[in-house]
Amino acid sequence: MTAPAPTPVMPVRLAGADETAAEHPRPRKRRVGGSGVALRPGFLSYGLLLAWVLGTAYPLWWSFVVASGTNATRGETLPLIPGGNFLANAARVLDAIPFWLALGNSIIVSSVITISVVTFSTLAGYAFAKLRFKGREGLLVFVIATMAIPTQLGIIPLFIVMRELGWTGTLGAVIIPTLVTAFGVFFMRQYLVGVIPDELIEAARVDGANQIRTFFTVAVPAARPAMAILGLFTFMMAWTDYLWPLIVLSPQNPTLQTALGQLQSGYYVDYSIVLAGAVLATLPLLILFIAAGRQLISGIMQGAVKG
Amino acid sequence: MTSTLARPEQGTPPATPSAAPRRRTGLTLARFDLKASPYLYIAPFFVLFAVTGLFPLVYTLVVSMHDWPLLQGQGEFVGFDNFAAVLGDRFFWNSIGNTLSIFLISTVPQLTIALVLAAILDQHLKARTFWRMSVLLPYVVTPVAVALIFSSVFSEDSGLVNNLIGLVGIDPIEWKHDVLASHVAIATMVNWRWTGYNTLILLAAMQAVPRDLHESAAIDGAGASRRFFSITIPSIRPTVIFVIITATIGGLQIFAEPRLFDVSNAGGIGGAQRQFQTTVLYLWEMAFFRQDFGRAAAIAWLLFLLIVAIGLVNFGISRRIASVEGNRLNRRARRQLAAHRRGNR
Repeated sequence: MTAPAPTPVMPVRLAGADETAAEHPRPRKRRVGGSGVALRPGFLSYGLLLAWVLGTAYPLWWSFVVASGTNATRGETLPLIPGGNFLANAARVLDAIPFWLALGNSIIVSSVITISVVTFSTLAGYAFAKLRFKGREGLLVFVIATMAIPTQLGIIPLFIVMRELGWTGTLGAVIIPTLVTAFGVFFMRQYLVGVIPDELIEAARVDGANQIRTFFTVAVPAARPAMAILGLFTFMMAWTDYLWPLIVLSPQNPTLQTALGQLQSGYYVDYSIVLAGAVLATLPLLILFIAAGRQLISGIMQGAVKG
Repeated sequence: MTSTLARPEQGTPPATPSAAPRRRTGLTLARFDLKASPYLYIAPFFVLFAVTGLFPLVYTLVVSMHDWPLLQGQGEFVGFDNFAAVLGDRFFWNSIGNTLSIFLISTVPQLTIALVLAAILDQHLKARTFWRMSVLLPYVVTPVAVALIFSSVFSEDSGLVNNLIGLVGIDPIEWKHDVLASHVAIATMVNWRWTGYNTLILLAAMQAVPRDLHESAAIDGAGASRRFFSITIPSIRPTVIFVIITATIGGLQIFAEPRLFDVSNAGGIGGAQRQFQTTVLYLWEMAFFRQDFGRAAAIAWLLFLLIVAIGLVNFGISRRIASVEGNRLNRRARRQLAAHRRGNR
C-alpha cells in the first residue's frame, strides 16, 4: 500500500483538452474520473509525498521503538525494530503517574464539554441560520468577532473565581470555562444555512409544529453530520488542552495531559518511560483517528471552504 | 432552560388539530413562540460565553490595575503601574522576541510545505484517502506528547537528531541551550503537528478552483509551476489569509512545547537563561511562580493586544499583496477561460 504504483503518463495536453470537452457537464466537485491529464501526478509527486509521510511518521515510530527498548536504544542512530520491553516500561509509567485516573478524567472532561458545545452550538447556530429575529445580524457579527479572541488569556480571573468558589482541583473547574465556543456556533450556522430549505421550516409550521418541535424534527436530523464533525473537533480540543488543567488541577487528580507532563518533571529523565507514556497517551486518539479519520478530514476540509 | 421552553410548547397544541381554531388563544402563544424562541436558542451560548469568556477578559484588566499577590488577593489600586513594570521588564521583551522568532520559524516553512503538499494532493493520486490520512497523522498527537517526543528527539546527549547529523560529520548541536537552535527545535514541533492540518485546508480551497482554468492555461502552454503561481495561489487567497490568521493566533500562544522541552533545567520555564521562554510561559511563571497576578494580568492584556495587532497587519499585508496580484491574474485567467469555452462550442 505504501509503494505507489508508478504512473507513466506524461502530461499530454491535447488529449487532456479533448477529454474535458467530451465530459464537460460533469459536476465539478467530484473529480473521481480522470479529466485534466495535465494534473496527473508523476514519480516526483509520489516521491515527495512518501518522503514527507515517512519523515513525519518516523518520530512516532521511533518513540515506540525507544519505549519498547532500554535507555540504550535511544543511543542508536536510526533504530527501526521495537524491543520487547514496552509492557514493562508501560507498567513503570502506571507506577509513576495516576494514569487510569487521568484517563478517566480526560474522558469525562472531554465528553461533557463536547456534549455541551455541540448542543448549544446547534441551538444557536440554527437560530442564526434559519430564524428571523431582531438583532440577528449584529449578534452574529459579535460571534464572529469573538472567535478570534484567545479566551485562554482570561486564565487569571478564572483562577481567582474558581478559588473563591473552592472549585480548584475539581473537574468542574476544567469543564466550565469551555462549555460554549464561538467557533461552534459559527460552524453550525454556516452548515445549517445551506442544508435546510426555508420551505421545510415553513411547512412544519403550517403543519402546526411549534418552534422547538421544528428544531428537533427538521433541524437536528439535518444538522447531524455537522454535529458529528463539531463533536470530533471539540473532543480533540478538550483532550489536548494543557495550560488550564495544569493551573487548576492538582497533580493528584490530573487529566491525561497534565499527568503526562509530570513524567518529564524528574531531575533525571528516563526517556524510555517518558516515551512509553507518550505512546500510551497517544493510543486513544490514534484509535479514534483510525475509526473517524475520514470524518476528521472532511471536517477540516469543509470548515476550510465554509469558514 | 427546559422549563421556559416547555410553556409555549404546551400552549400551542390547540392550534394543531385543525387549521380552523388558529385564530383563538393559540395565536398569541404561537406568536410568543415565534418571537421568543430564537432568543431562547441563542441565550445559553451568550450567557455562558459572557460568564466564561468575556467576563474573564474584562476582569483581567481590573486585576492588572491592582496590586494582586496570588495568596493575599486583591490589594491597592495602582493604575497602569503593572503595565509600566512589565514594559520595562527585559524578561518580558525576551519572551516577546522568543515568541516572534519561534512564530516566524514555524509559520513560514509550515505554510510553504503545506502549499506544496496540497498541490501534490490536488492531483489524481492513487489511494487518495490513505495519503490524506498519513499527512494528518501527527495532528492526533497532543502537544504534550509532541513535547515529550521531541524533547527526546532533540536531546543533546545522543538524541535522534544529533545522532543523524553526526553521520554526516556535524558536531552535536546544543538544542536546549543555544537560543536559535532551541527555537528551531520548538518550531519543528509546531510544524510537525500542524503542517498536515493546514495542508488539508489549503487542499480544500484548491479543489474549489475550477478545473477549466488549469486546463485552458495548460493548453496555452503554462507549465505546472506557472499554473501554481498564476492560478492556484491567487484563487485560494482567502484561505491562505485564513490559515495565516489562525496560525498567528495559535502561534503566539505556544505553551506546552516550551514548557516541557527541557524541564530538568530551571523547572520548565523555558530554559535556564529563558532562551526559549514564550510569552504565555512567562505569564504562567509570573502568575504561579512569582505569584504576582497584577503583572501577569498586564502581560495577558499586552499579549492580547499584540495578537490583535499582528493579526491585523497580517490581514492587511496578505490582502493587499494577494488582491493586486490576484485581480490581474484572475482577470486574465477569466478571459482565457471564456476564450477556451468559446473555442469548444
